[in-house]
Amino acid sequence: MMQKMYDWVDERLNITPMWRDLADHEVPEHVNPAHHFSAFVYCFGGLTFFITVIQILSGMFLTMYYVPDVINAYESVKYLQNEVAFGVIVRGMHHWGASLVIVMMFLHTLRVFFTGAYKKPRELNWVVGVLIFFVMLGLGFTGYLLPWDNTAYFATKVGVQIADSVPFIGPYVKTLLTGGDILGAQTLTRFFAIHVFFLPGALLGLLGAHFVMIRSQGISGPL
Amino acid sequence: MAKQDKDATFVGDSRVSAKRIPNISPSYSDFPGKNEPFWPNFLLKEWMVAAVCLVGFLVLTVSHPSPLTDKANPNDTSFIPLPDWYFLFLYQLLKYPWAAGDWVVLGIVVIPGIAFGALMLAPWLDTSKERRPSKRPVATGLMLTALVGIFYLTWAANHEYHLAHPDKGKGTGGKEGSSATAPAPADTSFKADALWKAQTSCMGCHGKNMEGGMGPNLQKIGATLDAAKITDVIKNGKGAMPGGMIKDDAEIAKLAEYMAGLK
Repeated sequence: MMQKMYDWVDERLNITPMWRDLADHEVPEHVNPAHHFSAFVYCFGGLTFFITVIQILSGMFLTMYYVPDVINAYESVKYLQNEVAFGVIVRGMHHWGASLVIVMMFLHTLRVFFTGAYKKPRELNWVVGVLIFFVMLGLGFTGYLLPWDNTAYFATKVGVQIADSVPFIGPYVKTLLTGGDILGAQTLTRFFAIHVFFLPGALLGLLGAHFVMIRSQGISGPL
Repeated sequence: MAKQDKDATFVGDSRVSAKRIPNISPSYSDFPGKNEPFWPNFLLKEWMVAAVCLVGFLVLTVSHPSPLTDKANPNDTSFIPLPDWYFLFLYQLLKYPWAAGDWVVLGIVVIPGIAFGALMLAPWLDTSKERRPSKRPVATGLMLTALVGIFYLTWAANHEYHLAHPDKGKGTGGKEGSSATAPAPADTSFKADALWKAQTSCMGCHGKNMEGGMGPNLQKIGATLDAAKITDVIKNGKGAMPGGMIKDDAEIAKLAEYMAGLK
């Protein structure tokens, strides 16, 4: 039955090469912790992705309760935290996951750097990886404001002031981020849009490019 | 796209070749070393690692509810902002006089620009074929220096914050809306001494019974500051608090003595 369904789809879409590439490819010995325990350093990239998936899922559930406006944002987070079943867990995962993803990505970057894996022919994948790092920092910065508590408000105020003091483009960046002269209703809505639509879109595109390049180039060889 | 035979046939009017590739796994024993297939052998191991990490992650989540301080109040001038920990190193950099004020361009554009620019352009800056860290001392050395710098700056920012706010920074979760950064709860039964009640300028900010208001709660100030330090704060001010509100030194000494006794 399964074989028949597979054949039916394969006849129309030729999925076998895709399956070969996605799933049925070789994993070299030197990256496999089952053979060399020190190869656990090669797990950091996968764990970064794993936590990113957790962030996306927990974030999707958070938006089912979160209200992005200055009057209700704080109340909705408080409600989610204290009243909703498992709300404290879902918000906790998103909150701590934001830190963990940075930690994992940092470790992954160091692994790639110290094994010299960014060298020819993998230069472009390194650049995409650094861009992913920036997008993640952007997600952290914009997400920090969304609970609209004092910590969030004043940390963002400092961040926006820092952006403002960049010569020439600073004031424009500030206006782009805050949507006005002050950090207020416009800012919260903008940060929500950036955090939930713009940056995740960029992130998914970059992650796709990252993975396609890994598959087409393979993992760098042993040192 | 894949090359097609001249007389290849296609499925209907699509560009999918009618000639099917049989779905047979390659023989992994032909690869050098102990290669194994990603699916399902390696993926299973990856999932085990992920499961262990997930357990640790959930333990952290359950034991430390995410913090939630009071609702944002733009007029709260006493609130000391602190960015999330992974921005602390940049935040700390901008506190140094050589990277702030007239030199802010250095701290805000030049140093981070060079650091992140070099990170992004690493493949073109380090073009040797050599991959071992010990064989490319410049790249390894620069990265280690940057790491030490980042760790030091993050530590310094956190350390300075805790020095300046000894009562803050103990995460308590968001259950009651009180948290690391909220002021100590005021003791309503606390009655300040007549020495305090004589100082209307202090009461304006710290409250009739030292319960706090614009300024922090001082009901247990003796636990963190001694008389000499309190005298210094009264004379010279601190943060948003102005100094020199009380002119008479003897009066300051008496008040400081009284406040240092509050524990």
